[in-house]
Amino acid sequence: MKPETMMDHTASDLPDTPSPNGGAPNGKAGDPTADPNAERRRAMRAMAMASRDMLETAWEALESPPAWTWLRKPECGLVMVRGRTGGDGSPFNLGEASVTRCAVTLDAGATGDGVAGGGVTGSGATGFAWIMGRDGEKARLAALFDALWQMPDRRDLVERTVIAPALAALAAADERLAEETTATKVDFFTLARGEDEEL
Amino acid sequence: MYVAAKGGEQAIANAHRLLAHARRGDRDVPGLTLAQIAGQLALAVDRVMAEGSLYDRDLAALAIKQSRGDLIEAIFLVRAYRTTLPRLGASEPVDTARMQIRRRISATYKDLPGGQLLGPTFDYTHRLLEPEIAENDAPEQPATQAPNRDPVPRVTDVLGYEGLIESSPEAESGRPVADLTREPLEFPADRDLRLQALARGDEGFLLALGYSTQRGYARSHPFVGEIRFGDVEVEVFAEELGFAVTIGRIGVTECQMVNQFKGSAKAPPQFTRGYGLVFGQSERKAMSMALVDRSLRWQELGEEQTAPAQDEEFVLSHSDNVRATGFVEHLKLPHYVDFQAELELVRRMRAEIAERADAEIDPENTGPKNTGSKNTGPAGPNREAAE
Repeated sequence: MKPETMMDHTASDLPDTPSPNGGAPNGKAGDPTADPNAERRRAMRAMAMASRDMLETAWEALESPPAWTWLRKPECGLVMVRGRTGGDGSPFNLGEASVTRCAVTLDAGATGDGVAGGGVTGSGATGFAWIMGRDGEKARLAALFDALWQMPDRRDLVERTVIAPALAALAAADERLAEETTATKVDFFTLARGEDEEL
Repeated sequence: MYVAAKGGEQAIANAHRLLAHARRGDRDVPGLTLAQIAGQLALAVDRVMAEGSLYDRDLAALAIKQSRGDLIEAIFLVRAYRTTLPRLGASEPVDTARMQIRRRISATYKDLPGGQLLGPTFDYTHRLLEPEIAENDAPEQPATQAPNRDPVPRVTDVLGYEGLIESSPEAESGRPVADLTREPLEFPADRDLRLQALARGDEGFLLALGYSTQRGYARSHPFVGEIRFGDVEVEVFAEELGFAVTIGRIGVTECQMVNQFKGSAKAPPQFTRGYGLVFGQSERKAMSMALVDRSLRWQELGEEQTAPAQDEEFVLSHSDNVRATGFVEHLKLPHYVDFQAELELVRRMRAEIAERADAEIDPENTGPKNTGSKNTGPAGPNREAAE
């Protein structure tokens, strides 16, 4: 494996549990491969993998959802998915996938979830979403949570109600799949032929 | 020559109405849901995504339903749909070494790191129809076993350690990745362009070509180094963010074909490789792709060209089933004017031959020419009938 393919995935290399220092957007201190965006990438990955139902439930559970406006309404388009020749060589175009992206801005100074002026003073946080598929509503919710996640006083809430459950659900599904697949692990053995025994 | 035809609007509308009725089938039988198609005809959905070159399970399921299960028609529908969407970017290359594995086998090593994982496979089934599926479709829950956390390296990475197998071509920085959806196919085609064409190419066509290489048309002595199927994450560099984000996961099948190579003036004997990567679960397609990828590399490896599977222009120009079906099936559309012109030409030629024969018949009855002239005899009455 080439080094750059390792580097490309620093975010998903992180454990599937929210980091306790949820307030810091920096990677783990002292990690030489630290990606300054690792924490946010981890959060956005979790939201991309989450079901829309889960995001909806978490949004509805907010005590007072923040006011927000569209920066860019959901746009459905295509991403050309690339592979590598031989798995690790030069890239080639494998085929496209549908993707929906959007961006939202939380209103500056908006009433925020029972917290007076809760971190939304000054410029409103901007949230983005890039989600495979054509579900504009899921993209909207993901972008809203991305915006909330960026607000220091909200991050913990988003981590607890969205990121952690999404990653836990993903880990559980992956574990289940790994268990089912492992049960089909086979040990082939070649049979010694008769004449070999005479040796 | 294309000449507009008019008329038939009502007939066409009624034909489409009848098609919709036929597609629905018996209305006393519940209609298929897309979830049923995506869940229970998953491999059909995979094929439509792979050859439609668009990963979207719901769209592929809809296309299969609309096309009444005609997968090439479904692929056509998906291709048409994709032209309505903007291209928002390209992903980072997916990393198959980090796949969430659902199946992984090697025919070259029995004991390989990570093990042989059969997964959901038709292999080793007896290919006997199971009537009970029609009656009571409630299979047992799958068996489970605690997984270990060993890494599952690609077999080619294991072999590569010893220098026994060629390494993958290095990425050239700054070189754009060829894209046949943006520029028309041109020859000679580099390997990236060939792989893109093969990845979306017709499974049956590639299967036949791959088979031909096994039977001796461009012998390539293949071994399945590894086949793996599972989910990989797709990351896209989002310009507005300035970093790459994971947008989701896709299922892919990868085949590493390992082929004999005697060595050349430049390279010592080592194994060479053919590569297959396909959306969804399709080993047949991934293996065929890898065989044809390898056979198309004859020039690079200093081999002799002897067979169709080595001819990139032949292979790549005919591998796309949407193009192929378009050109074959267009023959059934009105060609009345074309055919009238041809008819006139044939009549004129026959008349000329008949005239010459009449002129020759008077002096002497000689030679095979006259046999021909006799055959033109009935032209008169036939001509009347044709008109």
